[in-house]
Amino acid sequence: MEQLEQIIAAHPLFAGLRPEYARLIGGCAHNVRFEPGQLLLRHGASADEFYLLRHGTVALVLTAAGRGALTVQTLGPGELLGVSWLVAPYRWMYDAQALETVGAIAIDAACLRAKSAADHDLGFELAQRFMGVLVRRLHAARLQLLDVYGTHR
Amino acid sequence: MDTPLLDPLRPHIARVRSTRREAPDVWTLELDADQAPPCGFAPGQFNMLTAFGVGEVPISFSGDPAEPGRVRHTVRAVGAVSSALTRLDCGAVLGVRGPFGTGWPLPEAVGRDVVLIAGGLGIAPLRPALYQLLAERARYGRLSLLYGTRGPRDILFRRELEAWRARADLTVEVTVDHATHPWHGHVGVVTTLIERARLDSDRTLALVCGPEVMMRFAAEALGAAGLAAEAIFLSLERNMHCGLGTCGHCQLGGLLVCRDGPVVRYDRVRDALRIREL
Repeated sequence: MEQLEQIIAAHPLFAGLRPEYARLIGGCAHNVRFEPGQLLLRHGASADEFYLLRHGTVALVLTAAGRGALTVQTLGPGELLGVSWLVAPYRWMYDAQALETVGAIAIDAACLRAKSAADHDLGFELAQRFMGVLVRRLHAARLQLLDVYGTHR
Repeated sequence: MDTPLLDPLRPHIARVRSTRREAPDVWTLELDADQAPPCGFAPGQFNMLTAFGVGEVPISFSGDPAEPGRVRHTVRAVGAVSSALTRLDCGAVLGVRGPFGTGWPLPEAVGRDVVLIAGGLGIAPLRPALYQLLAERARYGRLSLLYGTRGPRDILFRRELEAWRARADLTVEVTVDHATHPWHGHVGVVTTLIERARLDSDRTLALVCGPEVMMRFAAEALGAAGLAAEAIFLSLERNMHCGLGTCGHCQLGGLLVCRDGPVVRYDRVRDALRIREL
């Protein structure tokens, strides 16, 4: 458990986190490994756990009729995979597929939500960190939406 | 006998020596060195190219500045003139004026880390800078190229990217905005590469070229990574006509981009780029 706490505290998402919070999060966490091609998240499935990626790359994939599987984002070491566990109805909106061997810390979402509800200081700390990720991804998604490299006549 | 002064408004006649298709709508033209203007160029500068009977457009140099005999321009077919240029075959003639404008500040980069951030066709004006940086590799610290484009089929200079990626002294990261299988590289906008690059903000100089909105986002991401505005250089694109700072078509605030740019330090244009009417 101590090792998990250290790994969590060293992850960029939790840089500078108070040790007692790392311990609380560590109580909801376990190590996972995925082989290339394996799904980490499945579209429509319950968002039961999210991942702190340690190594390997994961593709977020949407399947569109007539267009096949579209990769809309890739995530790598030091990044967070999965945000739909934060808000009801707690369902994944994409598939997430390992492009190579992936090592990650999986965190039980219900466990962390319960700890955040019991300790609002922890909840606020987590909300600030996850909000930063969400805002950066929102900006990136808007830039992606602009299709800046396309031909606009 | 004195050499007569060249009229900078009068194009030289040059012949296309070879063409190369880089992407579905992007071609690199190599001009006949004997007939192109007899000059070297600084990475980042541009020529005005004329498709006769159609018009004239500014196009950056995309070749190696150490090979002045091989003048190369990479052109994307977006308007009437650029489309006409991309349709030129070997042996066809075009007009050439230049070189014009400011180059990338490579002397300032000596002893520092350098990150080149390219979006789409923006990799073309950065390629000469990378050639020069690699030719003088020992003079610089960590070198990185972060390149974002629309999709896998739009990636330019593929063979060179592979060769550069194989070098131990250069980091190359490529991302695309959208992808279908079997692409296994990065997907996401180029700013996401900046977040991952873990730049040493105190010693890094950033050279950025791409669509203006992409450069604005990139400059913001570089700022968030700790780089000062004085360490960020952009290559601007405006409606250049004369190339000499005379006609005023390319005015951006207090700058005439054809003369004071295209390469400009970010702090000189940051406010102007936020004004919608400019």
